Formats: sequence, C-alpha cells, structure tokens
Amino acid sequence: MMQEILAGQQIGWPILTVVTFLPLVGALLVWAVRDAALAWRIGLATVAADFLASLPLFFVFEPDSAAMQFVERYPWIPSLGIGYHLGVDGISLLFVVLTTMLGLLIVIYSQGVIVDRVRGYLMALFALQTTMLGVFVSLDLVLFFLFWELMLIPSYFMIKLWGGEGRDNASIKYVLYTLLGSVLMLVGIVVLYLQHYRFASVHGLSPALSFDLLDLLRTPMSLDVQILIFVFLFFGFAFKTPLVPFHTWMPDALHAGPIAMSVILAGIKLGTFGFVRFSLPLLPDASRAVLPVMMVIALIGITYGAYIALIQTDFRRLLAYSSISHLGYVALGIFALTYQGIQGGIIQMINLGITTAGLFFFAGFLWTRRLTLTIAEFGGLAKGMPLLATFLLIIVLSSIGLPGTNGFIGEFLILFGAFKAHWIYGAIGVLGVILGAAYLLWFYERAIFGKVTKPENERLPDLNARELAVALPLVALIFWIGLYPSPFLHRINGSVEALHARLHPTTATAGVGTGLAEATAVPASAFEEAR
Amino acid sequence: MLSVVLIPLLPLLAVLINGIFGRKYLKESSHYFAVGSVAISFVLSVSLLVRMLSGASPITVNLYSWIFGGGFDVHIGFLIDPLSSVMLMVVTGVGLLIHIYSIGYMHGDPGYYRFFTYLNLFMVSMLLLVMGDNYLVLFIGWEGVGLCSYLLIAFWFEKESATKAGTKAFVVNRIGDAGFLIAIFLIAEQFGTLNYVEVFERAHELSTSMATAIALCLFVGAVGKSAQLPLYTWLPDAMEGPTPVSALIHAATMVTAGVYMVVRNHAIYDLAPIAMTVVAVTGGATAIFAATIGLVQTDIKRVLAYSTVSQLGYMFLGCGVGAYAAAIFHLVTHAFFKALLFLGSGSVIHALGGEQDIRKMGGLKAEIPVTAATFLIGTIAIAGLPPLAGFWSKDEILGMAFKGGHEALWLVGMSGAFLTSFYMFRLFYLTFAGTTRMTPEVAHHVHESPAAMTVPLMILAGLSLLGGLLLGFPPEGGWLHAFLAPVVSGEGAEAHHGFGAVDVALMAGSVLIALAGWWTAYTMYVRKPELAPSWAARFRGAYTLLLNKYWVDELYDALFVEPSKRLGLAWGWFDRVVIDGIVNGVGRMTAGGAWLSTWIEKHVLYAFLNVIGYGNHLGAALFRRLQTGYVHHYAVILLVGLFLMVTFFVWWQGGGVGSLLVQR
Repeated sequence: MMQEILAGQQIGWPILTVVTFLPLVGALLVWAVRDAALAWRIGLATVAADFLASLPLFFVFEPDSAAMQFVERYPWIPSLGIGYHLGVDGISLLFVVLTTMLGLLIVIYSQGVIVDRVRGYLMALFALQTTMLGVFVSLDLVLFFLFWELMLIPSYFMIKLWGGEGRDNASIKYVLYTLLGSVLMLVGIVVLYLQHYRFASVHGLSPALSFDLLDLLRTPMSLDVQILIFVFLFFGFAFKTPLVPFHTWMPDALHAGPIAMSVILAGIKLGTFGFVRFSLPLLPDASRAVLPVMMVIALIGITYGAYIALIQTDFRRLLAYSSISHLGYVALGIFALTYQGIQGGIIQMINLGITTAGLFFFAGFLWTRRLTLTIAEFGGLAKGMPLLATFLLIIVLSSIGLPGTNGFIGEFLILFGAFKAHWIYGAIGVLGVILGAAYLLWFYERAIFGKVTKPENERLPDLNARELAVALPLVALIFWIGLYPSPFLHRINGSVEALHARLHPTTATAGVGTGLAEATAVPASAFEEAR
Repeated sequence: MLSVVLIPLLPLLAVLINGIFGRKYLKESSHYFAVGSVAISFVLSVSLLVRMLSGASPITVNLYSWIFGGGFDVHIGFLIDPLSSVMLMVVTGVGLLIHIYSIGYMHGDPGYYRFFTYLNLFMVSMLLLVMGDNYLVLFIGWEGVGLCSYLLIAFWFEKESATKAGTKAFVVNRIGDAGFLIAIFLIAEQFGTLNYVEVFERAHELSTSMATAIALCLFVGAVGKSAQLPLYTWLPDAMEGPTPVSALIHAATMVTAGVYMVVRNHAIYDLAPIAMTVVAVTGGATAIFAATIGLVQTDIKRVLAYSTVSQLGYMFLGCGVGAYAAAIFHLVTHAFFKALLFLGSGSVIHALGGEQDIRKMGGLKAEIPVTAATFLIGTIAIAGLPPLAGFWSKDEILGMAFKGGHEALWLVGMSGAFLTSFYMFRLFYLTFAGTTRMTPEVAHHVHESPAAMTVPLMILAGLSLLGGLLLGFPPEGGWLHAFLAPVVSGEGAEAHHGFGAVDVALMAGSVLIALAGWWTAYTMYVRKPELAPSWAARFRGAYTLLLNKYWVDELYDALFVEPSKRLGLAWGWFDRVVIDGIVNGVGRMTAGGAWLSTWIEKHVLYAFLNVIGYGNHLGAALFRRLQTGYVHHYAVILLVGLFLMVTFFVWWQGGGVGSLLVQR
C-alpha cells in the first residue's frame, strides 16, 4: 500500500480543496458584482490568494518522498466506489503551484488587455483554473475525469468569445478533439475499473468497487489487457498533449484563442501529465512494450514541429509548432522510462509552463502594440525597446535550452534519459536541438534585430510596469531552475524513483520500495492464481 | 577556496551591475566595474599560478549539487591544475588587455554599457569553461561563450550582415555541440559520473571502440567551436563584430576552447589512435585550406580570421600527433600575437574611420607608427621567424609531427607555414608600406589611437617578442612543458627526445620556409607591385576559386539551409492540407450529425411536447435556453459516444477478451 500523509496531520487544513476551489468561489463573487473595476479587483485578489494558499504545498512538502501528501479522502458515491480523494506527490506537486502562479500572471496581464465582457472572462478563467487544479490533485479516476471534462466548457468559451480571427473553427476543433479523446479514455477507465473488480472479488479484497488510483495500482493485469487500456488512455492524453499526428487543433487554438488561453494551453501540460500520472504506473508492462512506438512518435513530433516552425510567418503559429516540438521532447523523456528521462520529462513540463507561457505573454505584449504578429511586420525592436528585447532573449534562450537556464536542465535529462534507453533515440533527439536554435534565433533576428523598417514600429513603448510584473517572475524562475534546481529535483525525485522502480521491477534498487514499487510486489503470483 | 570562486564571480557581478544599471546610470562609466572585475580576476589567477608553480597539488572546489537523482550526480565545481592555470592566465591576462583597449575603441558607442556587459559575460563563461571540474560545467561555459559570441557578433544589431552572422555562428556551433552532448552521454553512461578526475582515473577501462566513439564525438564539438573543417564557415563571418571581440573571442580564447578540451581529454584520446589520426588530419587540412583562402582576401580582418582558422589547425595537428604541450604552447603564443594583430587591425580601422579594405590603405607606417611597429612584430611572430613567439611553438608542433613519423602531415604543415608567412607579409605591406591609396578625406583624419589602445598593443608586442623564449625554450623542454607535464603526460604522450641534429635541420627548414614566404610577399607587393595583378590574371581560375572561398558557403546553403526550408514548407503544406484536411473532414461529418440532432429536436421533440400538452411557447423557450450555440451539440455527441461505448462493451463482453472481465 502506497504511503499517504493526510493533510490534517501535515498542515492542519484541507489545503488541496481550498486551492482547487478558491478560484470557483472567486468566479461566483465576480458573477455577483456588476462593476468591471470591482470585478478586476476581486479577480486579482482571488488568484493572488490562490497562489499564496498553494505556496505551503511547495514548502511543507516532504522532499525525496514517494508518499501521497496533503491527502483528503472522503467517500462520495460508495455504491460505485467513487471517492473524493485528493493528494499530491512529486509528480503533481509542481504543476499545482505552476498553475496557480500562471493564473495570477494571466490576470495581471489580462487586466491591461481585456475590456470586453470582463466578468464573463474572469469567470471562465477561474472555472478553468479550478478544473485544471482538479485534474492535478485528483486521485480518484471519476473525479479526475469529471474535472478533465468540465475543463472543456470554460476553454470553449474562452476561445469562442475572446478569441480572434478563426476562433469559431478553432474552438469547435478543440472541443471535438478533446471530447473524442476523453470518450475513449473513459472506456479505458471503465475497463480498468472492471479489471479491479474482478481481481478484488476473486481475492476477497475490499473495496471491490473502486475508481481510486491507489486501489487500482494494486490490480495485476496481463500484458494484453494493459495494452488495450493503454491504447484507450493514449487517445485521451495524446489528443490533449497533443502528439503528432493528433496536433492540428493546437496551432489553430493557440493562434485564434485569446493570449490567456494560449498561455494555458501551451503552459499547462495536462496530456503528458496524464501519461505520467496514470498510464505509466498503472500499466508498467504495456509502457515497456510500447516504448519503441512512443519514442518514434516523440521523435517525429520533435522534428516535424521544428521544421514547420522554421517556415512560419506568424509568431504565434511559430510558437505553436515549437510547442509541438517541445512536447515531443517531453514524450521522449517520459517514455524512455529511464530515471533521468522521467525526471527530465516532469521538469521540462514545468519549464514549458514558464518558458513557452512566457513566449506567449510576449506575443501578447507585441500584439497589444501592433495588433498583428506577422513576423515581417516587425524588425528593429531592440533599438526602441531594450527591456522587451532583453527579456524576450532570455526566454528564447531558455526555450533553446542554453545551460544556465531551466530549459537546459530539462533537455539534458530528457536526452540523457532517452540515450540510456537506446543511444539512437538520444542521438536523433540531440539533432532536434540544432533546429530549435535555428527557428527561434531566426525569428529573433528578423523581429528584434535589424533596422526599423516600418514607421509604426518607430515609437513603440517599451515594457510597462504591468508587463514587467508578468515577465520578471518568469525570468527569475528560468534562472532559479537553471542554476539551482535542487529544491525542485528534491521534490520530484522520490516519486520518480518509485515510478522507475515500478516500471523496472527486476532492476529496482533495494530499499526503494516505500511507494509504488511495493504495489507490484503483491500481485504477480496472485495474478497467476486468478487465471 | 574563496579566491577560486571569486575569479568567475567578480565578472558575473559586473555583468549584473552593468546589465541592470548600465543603460540609465552608468553609461560611459560602465568600464569601471567591467575592467576592475577582470583585473582582480587576473591578480587572483596569478596567485593561483604561483601556488601551482610552488608545486601545490591541484585544487578542487565543490560548490553545490546541480543535477542529481537516480545515482547520477553532477555538481558545480572547479578544478585548478597546471593546465587550467595556464588557460586562466591567457583568459584573464589577454582578456584584461582587451578590456582596457575597448575603453578607447568603443568610446562614444551608444551601446557602450551593453558591450561591456556582454564582454564580461563572456569572461564568466570562458572562466567556467576552463575552470570546471566536470564536463557539464565545461558545457555551461562552452554554450555560454557561444551565446556571448552570438551577442557580440550581432552587437551592431541594425546591420543585417552582423545579425545574420550572429545567428549563423550560433547555429553552426550547435551542430558541434550536438556531438559534444552525445560524447557527454557516452561518458556518463560508461562511468556514471562526469567528473574529470574520476573519469580519467578509469579511462583505461574503456574499450578501444568506445574510446574512439567518445573521442570523435568530443572532436565534433571541438570542430564547431574551434572553426575547423567542415564547420569553419561561421568564423570569417564573425568578423562583423567589433574588433576587440574578434581579438578576444574569435582569436585568443573562445576558439581555442576546442584545443583545450582535446588536451584535457588526452587520457581518452591516447586510447583511440583512429581518433587521433582524424584530429591530426583535420587540423592539417584546415591549416592549409584556410591559409590558401587567406592569400587573396582584401578585408584586413578576414585575412586574420582565415589565419586564425589555419593556426587552430596547427594546434589540432599538434594534438593529433600527441604533442599536447606543444599544442597548448602554440595556443598561448597565438593568443599573444593574434590578439596583437587583431587589436592592431582595430587600431588601423579606428584611424581610418571604419575602413577595412586593404586595397584602400597603404603607407600607414608614417601616420600610425606605434600600430605599424607592433603589427610588424605580430607579423614576424606568426610568420615563424626566430626568436619571436610563433616560431618556437609552431616549429615544435611540426617537429613533433615529423619525428612521430607523420611526414605527410609535416609537409602539409610546412607548406602552410610558407603560405602563412606570405599572406601575413602581404597584409603588412599592403596596409603599412608603399604609397597611400586612401581617399583624401580619410587620409585627412588619420590619427594614432589613444593610449588605452596603444599600451595594450605594446604589451602584447612584448609578449609576442619574448613569450616563446620565456615559455618554451629549449624546445620540448621549456618551462611550460615542465609545468604541464603532470597533466598531459600519460601513456602515448610525448617523451622528451632531447635536442639533436634532426631538430636543428627541421628548425633550419622552418626558418627558410618562413623567409621564402616573406621574400615572395616582398617581391610581389614592394619590389614589383605589378606582379600581383598579372599573376591573378594568369591563374584566373585558381584566383577566382580562392577569392570565392571555394564556394563553400554557397555549397552549404544549397545542401543544408535551402533543403531545410523546403522540407519545412513541404511539411507545412502536408500539415495544413492532409492532416488538418482529414480532421476537418471528420469535423464536417460530425457537424452533419449535429445538424441532424437539431432537426430531430425541432421536429420530433417539439412535436412531442406539443402533443403531450405543454404549451408550444413554453417548450420552445425552454429549449432555446438550453441551445446555447454549439455546446448543446456536444452534449448530443457525448451521448452518441456513450451509446457507442456501451455497444462496444456489449460486443466485447461476448468476445474472448470480454470473458476475462466477469467470469473466469
């Protein structure tokens, strides 16, 4: 049984419930007021409070531990084995804090940009934040699925109502893709549930009916069944990630949606999180079996996204394809199933929430000034906007993976992890690093360097205080993770170790089995009996 | 060890101070922090050198764990041994002189503070590169110097040629870095650590093939950073940057990082004879290839750039034949005279108000005497005439090649030496001798540079004069060799042969060949100036080939750059038309389904509602409320999906796998 530390013992209050639902309360408050200015103030207070409330998670979290922490567990629909079960471990902790931080930055950014239907905007944003946080902290698969599905509604409205050109098509495509994926994922979850029921009733385990992740982890399954479930879950997560070739909603949504939505879609990596949270630990044998397939998908994504990014003429589309390429890297790390690969995959997901999100914020800054993001419309910005040029360069370099920035930590671990799985995966992945430098620096050369050729660009104002307030925390994190990642690594390592041991039971290090590893120890023989 | 940590930390502080306060507050006083920090770093480096000289054992400093987990641990740490100590002297010493020079050279530039910020950031990176005690700290520095090179090449960012050159330098270097990264992975996998000391202690455990693989991958990195064939093309373009940058980064320090790296890893190279041959041949080929291009260039800095590529080739030739100490020796003397030459060319450009074309110079000897005299010293030093610095180091590399049985490489090196002597004296004569070809308005403004610029020139000239004798005399047994011996000696390393008749003969040959180069240049450009154009006309084909630098840039463009863009366009089309086309097709079908569901709703449900007595009015109003745009359709689709799912389950339960679920 996986170790759990209850929130009551650890911190004394249901911190995860508070953090998850605080934005929803904010949404209700915003709904109740009529005045836009007041709505902004309530909005800012809400996300600031949510961010502050989530900080203890980071600081109180017991590092180097595989345990589920800050756990809250109540029965919800006992007859079906559905519970209200929240908790974070090394895999999900950082995502929660990242989400609340980005939520705060998004509201700070939006206040200078959104003038239209402010209350609706904030409500959609906050509803979205609650559902995303719910996805990260849910340990019950029905609860998880609920948050996952509910996320669609505010996302849809965000793109549809506050988006730009092409928003109708983009919003529909986004919803259809995700919906199709989640229906298939639901099938996978139900199969999993039935598997557990069958195993538990045969062995007289209780509870027999359970959607609880920790219960399901104890259910042994044959490779065939694991692969079947893996494929169903794959569609849910791969569509959401997105992995090539299921990615075409992404450029459209990132291009047509409001900047806030682009930041969220590119910054909060729900799809790849799903793989690490569910697919890998629940289906270790299947994960090992599909490794080559997933690596090929990842490598195709890396190169495909990078080459298409190279020829984009619009900054947001360039960023969209760059995101696809970067997600290829994340997948490459995760599915290498090596220690460094998983570690790097998680760190890189967080990095993208800082770096790619930052790039989209800067796209927003440029958009506010020129109402276009066609790269050819810019040029020579460095002269009049030294602050924008400098901060943008730092974020670009982080995206390229320059040592000293966060991007390098993730990229290095991922590539090393992939290399350990097989040298060819690492070698091909390394080649993508060259392309990444090419498309971003070429963009920078065209947009920021050079002479000012358009009269409109001559008197553009440099970053204002609000924009600096968005950029500075991101830049600080870029260097913090890049130079001294220790606090982050200590927090994720415990869970990565347990997951790694679970994926490779024969090579598991002795003394590691505090968490997930033990779960595999029980059933192997039991499963044979069950046959 | 505080002094060790302070060496890179002080310039880093200056970076922060100038970066944050430079634009608004420090402006023209930015150099105080910049130069001051490097000066203190230099003094600290000297103190470390003194400690090393007194025979202290290597100093290691472990700061903190950087990347760790799963039994793999890389920390931020420094290693000071004789090799890094020599490199520290070059980096901080030459760096300090160039910082001082820049005060004069960059005076009045609107980006003054920015220049010193970047230059100091470069110092930080270069110091990390040479001081790191493991491959990953080396790699931080390695990529860091690449970044600074990019920023400084593109320093005048309004010039398109400069920004293009910057991007090119970064991307080409990344190709090399990819190889370096693979080498790091191989080492980490083999040894489970990236710490030099631990790796080199166990290097002998490597199989020959693995050692060869690691050595070759490392060398790919070195080829990129040190501008060797086939990745040299970025360096000539890098001359777009301000001249102090060319001197510091693209001549004295950064580009020699590859040589440092190979020498640092000699324990691995010693195990891989094939890799050694590759290094030596690449070096020799680059040395002569770049020298031929240098023969006909007309831009004063480009001649020096190709000369740098060529001289780096000599260093790799030295590494490849196992003459590690000689390679480092040449690295040091080259830092002296090439920095001198670049700074001298900067002084010329400064005097002529930005003119770089040697066809529009001439006769400058009298106008800018200090520059001319120091430039001449640099020229003699690089041409390889005794007793100046370049002679001793280059001759040692060639001598080691010959005595090591690499006669062909020796011959290539000797030919290169002739070319070097020729193109350097050609450059000197065209610039400083004869009658002036300047336009009157340029000639009117010619002036000697300020002391901030000429004093560094004089110091470097002094080092170019005496540096070789002080560091490397007698040949193969000089001070530098004795000092480096603990680091570079190992199996396969050079043994001390003693000074014999062969050495004397080889030396005489070297002197003769250098004199021949000088004599040819003197004849062509001073005695009979009409010879040069007539030869160019006679050997038109060869001349055009060299003038166009063998069309290598155009070749790479056609082979790599354009195909990449075309591949991007093709995949972009595929993405839009094929993949998205399929998606949209499916979408339209679903939209059709949605239309159907709306139709059913309107006609069947409403009718039903009417029939059972609800007011049509009420029912319609209710449903219109629910029908908030498309979301409604998705509810229908979700239901259809659930229906399909249930169907699937019913079907599946009847099948083979399904029976697993409920009964045994």
